Amino acid sequence: MKGKSIVITSGKGGVGKTTITANIGTALAMLGKKVVLIDADIGLRNLDVVIGLENRIVYDIVDVVEERCRLEQALIKDKRYRHLFLLPAAQTRDKSAIKEKQMKDLIQGLKESYDYILIDSPAGIEHGFLNAVSGADEAIIVTTPEVAAVRDADRIIGLLESRGLNDPQVIINRIRSDMVRRGDMMTIEDMIEILAINLLGVVPEDEDIIVSTNRGEPIALQEKSKTGEALRNIARRIEGEELPLMTMGKAKLMDKIKRLIGIS
Amino acid sequence: MALFKKSKDVAKERLRLILIHDRIELSPHEMNKLKKDLSRVISKYIRVDQGEVDMNIKRKSGSMVLEADIPIKSSKSS
Repeated sequence: MKGKSIVITSGKGGVGKTTITANIGTALAMLGKKVVLIDADIGLRNLDVVIGLENRIVYDIVDVVEERCRLEQALIKDKRYRHLFLLPAAQTRDKSAIKEKQMKDLIQGLKESYDYILIDSPAGIEHGFLNAVSGADEAIIVTTPEVAAVRDADRIIGLLESRGLNDPQVIINRIRSDMVRRGDMMTIEDMIEILAINLLGVVPEDEDIIVSTNRGEPIALQEKSKTGEALRNIARRIEGEELPLMTMGKAKLMDKIKRLIGIS
Repeated sequence: MALFKKSKDVAKERLRLILIHDRIELSPHEMNKLKKDLSRVISKYIRVDQGEVDMNIKRKSGSMVLEADIPIKSSKSS
């Protein structure tokens, strides 16, 4: 098997990298793929909590590169999908605990037995980011419809391209259709135009993400959730399916009616 | 006027200028000068609408491209 490694990055913090990583990973596992999620945010580990595996950690990525355990011992199997694994970050070390070469070798090894290796990058453009990017074949950039987040995304695109990671794909997270309609939030088209880049998906702002994260259950697991569907669609696009972007056509019509009759 | 502009359009316009600066390290002031110089040179040969000149730095398969949108004044004589 020769898997694909994809780094999920953003530049700016707090745009939803970790949540997106957990959900895309889960959604790919739902499609029957063998997946490893790597938390590359050493010192600030979070992916374990978002996916609800924090109680099962014995070893972490630094233990692996420093050879205190074998790679298989550090991989934590997901509760729901037996083909989904997490390689947690170390919590008591810092970004310098791993070198780019070690990360590269680690991922190279994982590619032999898994379909996808998703690397959750730390925020910023320093050592931790460079580590996260070093073993990646492709990149996904997460951004939100805000000036600061888009600016940082653009900077990251430049940095990735200078490192040979061309044509990164973008996920626009936390879009609010009500604000877009009012003209108070940039539209998807605005952002594609500004960044001149391929769009992998759009994820709406949704309170349920907080609820599902509280429980440590990625929202992609919820069949009926629209947000879950948006995330599952992203996984299917990664798998090569061509799916149209989810439109809010129906909701829009309902809102129009509501506005017409004055209840919204 | 600016008061009635949608906030997302303000965001977009600000972003465009920020990204030009970030991408090629050209300040908004220098960018404006470039715009003026460019339309002055072009207007030696073609009648252009100087107020409508629009410039952008875009990414195209790994490198930067300077795009200039310079409307030509319609002339009935041609």
